[in-house]
Amino acid sequence: MAIERRMPIESGCPDGFQYMHPTMMRNFGQWKYHTHPKVGVLCHVAESGEKIWTVRAGTQRILDVFTLRKLCDIGDRYADGHVRFTIRSNIEFMVDDEAKVEPLIEALESEGFVVGGTQNSVAFISHTQGWLHCDIPGTDASGVVKALMDELVDEFKRAEMPNRVHITTSCCQINCGGQGDIAINIQHTKPPKINHSLVANVCERPAVVARCPVAAIRPAMVNGKPTLEVDEKKCICCGACYPPCPPMQINDPEHSKLAIWVGGNHSNARSKPSFQKLVAAGIPNNPPRWPEVTRIVKKILGAYKEDAKDWERVNDWIDRIGWPRFFELTELPFTKFHIDNWRGSRKSLNASSHLRF
Amino acid sequence: MKKHPTPMLDQLEQGPWPSFVSGIKRLRDEHRDERIAGVANSLLGQLEHSYETRKGYWKGGTVSVYGYGGGIIPRFSEVGAEYPESKEFHTLRVQPPAGNYYTTDVLRNLAESWEKWGSGLVTFHGQTGNIMFIGASSENTQHFFDEINDYGFDLGGAGPCVRTAQSCVGAARCEQSCANEHKIHRRLVNNFTDDVHRPALPYKFKFKISGCPNDCMNSIERADFAVIGTWRDDMKVDQDEVKAYVARKGRKYVIDNVVTRCPTNALSLNDDDTLAVDNKSCVRCMHCLNVMPACLSPGDDKGVSILIGGKRTLKIGDLFGTVVVPFMKLETEEDYERLVEIAEETIDFFSENALEHERVGEMIERIGLVNFLEGIGLEVDPNMIAHPRESSYVRMDGWDEEVEKWFARNARSSDAAD
Repeated sequence: MAIERRMPIESGCPDGFQYMHPTMMRNFGQWKYHTHPKVGVLCHVAESGEKIWTVRAGTQRILDVFTLRKLCDIGDRYADGHVRFTIRSNIEFMVDDEAKVEPLIEALESEGFVVGGTQNSVAFISHTQGWLHCDIPGTDASGVVKALMDELVDEFKRAEMPNRVHITTSCCQINCGGQGDIAINIQHTKPPKINHSLVANVCERPAVVARCPVAAIRPAMVNGKPTLEVDEKKCICCGACYPPCPPMQINDPEHSKLAIWVGGNHSNARSKPSFQKLVAAGIPNNPPRWPEVTRIVKKILGAYKEDAKDWERVNDWIDRIGWPRFFELTELPFTKFHIDNWRGSRKSLNASSHLRF
Repeated sequence: MKKHPTPMLDQLEQGPWPSFVSGIKRLRDEHRDERIAGVANSLLGQLEHSYETRKGYWKGGTVSVYGYGGGIIPRFSEVGAEYPESKEFHTLRVQPPAGNYYTTDVLRNLAESWEKWGSGLVTFHGQTGNIMFIGASSENTQHFFDEINDYGFDLGGAGPCVRTAQSCVGAARCEQSCANEHKIHRRLVNNFTDDVHRPALPYKFKFKISGCPNDCMNSIERADFAVIGTWRDDMKVDQDEVKAYVARKGRKYVIDNVVTRCPTNALSLNDDDTLAVDNKSCVRCMHCLNVMPACLSPGDDKGVSILIGGKRTLKIGDLFGTVVVPFMKLETEEDYERLVEIAEETIDFFSENALEHERVGEMIERIGLVNFLEGIGLEVDPNMIAHPRESSYVRMDGWDEEVEKWFARNARSSDAAD
C-alpha cells in the first residue's frame, strides 16, 4: 500500500503582526522616545501619548516545556499575553499599564528568572549548542555560560557598567556565538588526529583539501588505502577540516583550550563596527564550572568598569587607553601570539611613533 | 527507570542563574510521558559522559522531511548503545515570526506539539535566528513538522542555502527605527523559500535587517546581505528638550558624553544650551540619539542602506559587510520590488560565480568589489569606500569613459531632483 505523503506548505517566515501587542500595533512606526525606569524595564512613549512597558528576563535559554509554560502562565496572569525574545535569548513581556510592572517582576523573580539585561548591564551571554547537541564541539557552551552568569548575575541586574557588555561563547573556531565585547572561544592547539581507515569512506577528499585555509592537507595512501595527510608544520589547528571529515578529529580533551577575545562591537555608534581581538589563550577546558575562564572574564570586566568612561564600549575604551595599558590593567601576559602574522595583517601593526608609556 | 548518575552536571544546578540541567531533570523526573522522561535521562547520561571525557558524541547524517532538502540538523549518537533513548536526537530549525513576536497561546501550541513528538527541549532562538526544537527521532521529525506546518510554521535553512532571516524589534517598539523591518524581512526571505528549503547554493546566505545603524541584529558582521535603516535629511532636534536635558545633566556631561563623542565633530553646544548639528558631516552613527532619545530623532527622509559580505573567520578571515547601496527609499511597492531584485541579482551572481563553500564576501574579496557591482548592475559610489585606492598598480586607460558615466549619472539624478 502506498503511503500518503503530505506536501509541505511553503509558508516561510510567519507574519509577526498577528502576535504583536495591540498597543505596539497601533503605534507601529510612531514611537517618540523611551526611558529606562529601572534595570530590566523599558518604557516606550508613542507620538499618540500611549506607552508600553517592557520587562526583560534572563532564562536558561535551553527551555524545557515546563519552564516555557511557566513563562506563559506568568505572561497570562501578570502581563498581556504578548511576549518576544531578544537576539540574546532573553524573554520580554510587554504591558500597557505601569501598575502591571512590579507584580510581573515579582512573579518572574519568585519563579527564579532574573530581571535585568537592559542598557549598561552585562547582557545575557549569547552562545552555541556545545556537547548537548553540536557535532563538532570542543566544549559545552551552555555550561560555561551557566557558570559565568552565576558569577555575573549582579552585573545583569544592576546596569553599572560604562556601557552595555555583550559576552559570547563558542565551542569551536567557527564562532557561532558571534562577535562580543568579550568572547570565550575554543582554540585548538594540536593538528587533527586522523583515523586513516575511515577517511576514504566518510570524506569527500577534494572538498576537504579545498577547505584548509593554509593548504596543509594533501591526498595520501596509508596501508594501501586512500586517505588524507596533514603537513603539521603548516597546520594552524583551526579545525576547518573536521566538519566535512569527522575522521580528522580536532577535539582533544587536553589540547583544545579556551581563548578570550575582546572589543567586538556590532554597533555603528561612535566608531565603525569592530572585530574582537585576542587577549588570552591556553585556558584549560575545565568542566563543569570552568573557574579559570570566569577569573579572567571578571578581571577584564573589573578593569573596564573601573577605567572606562560612560558610554565607552570595551573597544572604545581600549582605543582610548591603548593596548599596553589594557594588558597592564588586566594583568594579562602579552606574547608573540598576540601579533597577527598572516599576509593581510600589516594594518594591525603600529606604523607610527604614537606610543604609550 | 534507572537514572544515569550526573555528579558533574549536578554542579550546574547550583547558583542563582536558571539552570538548563535542572530543566532537563524536570523532564526526566516529572514528565508523565515515559518517552520524554526516558529521552531526558538518556540525554543527561550522554552529556555527563561528555563532561567526564571532554568530548562530544554527536554525528551528523541525512534526515529531512518530505518535499524539502534542509531545515533539519540530524544528530545520531556515537554512544547510542549506552544511551539508547536519545540515540536519534535531531533538531528542527523553525522560522520564527518576523521580529520574534509570540502570544502565549501560540507558544503553548508549539509546546504541546513538541511534547507530542519531541524531547520537550526548545531554544528561542539559535544563533542564526531559528526556533530550535532540539531532539526528535527520525520518524517523529516528519510528524512534528506536519503538525506545526498546518498552523503556520515552516522550516528554516540549514546547509548551503538561504538561511532564516533576522530582524530587530524595530518600528513596533523603537523610536530609532527608520524602516518597516518586518516587511523587509518577510519580503526578502519569503521570496527565496525554494532556496531556503532546497540547499543548492555554493554556501550559506543570510539576510539580517536592523532598523537603524545601532544594528542590533549584528548584520554588518554576520549577514551576507544586511539591510539597515537610515535617513538622509537632517536629524530632528527638539531644542526645548535639549535645554531641559542640559539643565538636568549639566554642560560638562553633555560636552563629555555627547559633543566630544561625535566621530565627525558634527555637534556643538551653543551658549544658550541648544545643540548645533552639522548634518552634512553627520554619519548617522546613532551615539547622540542613543544618549538623548527624547531630544534627538532620525530625520523624515528615511530609507535603507545595503551592505554585502559579512561573515566570520572561515576561510579567509573575518569580513564586514560593505556598502553596495548607500541609500534607497522603501515606500512604494516598486521600491520593495527593487530591493528584492537586488537580492535576486546578488544570489544569482553568487550561485554562478562563487566557489564551493565560499561566502559572498569571500567571493567579492577574490574578484573585487567593482566586478561584483558590474555583475549585479549597481553603480559605484564614494560612500562604498573608506578611502580611494592607494596602489598605483592598475590599468586606467578607460578613465575618460568612466568620468563621462559619472557626470551623466549626476545629471540624471539632479534632473530627477528638479
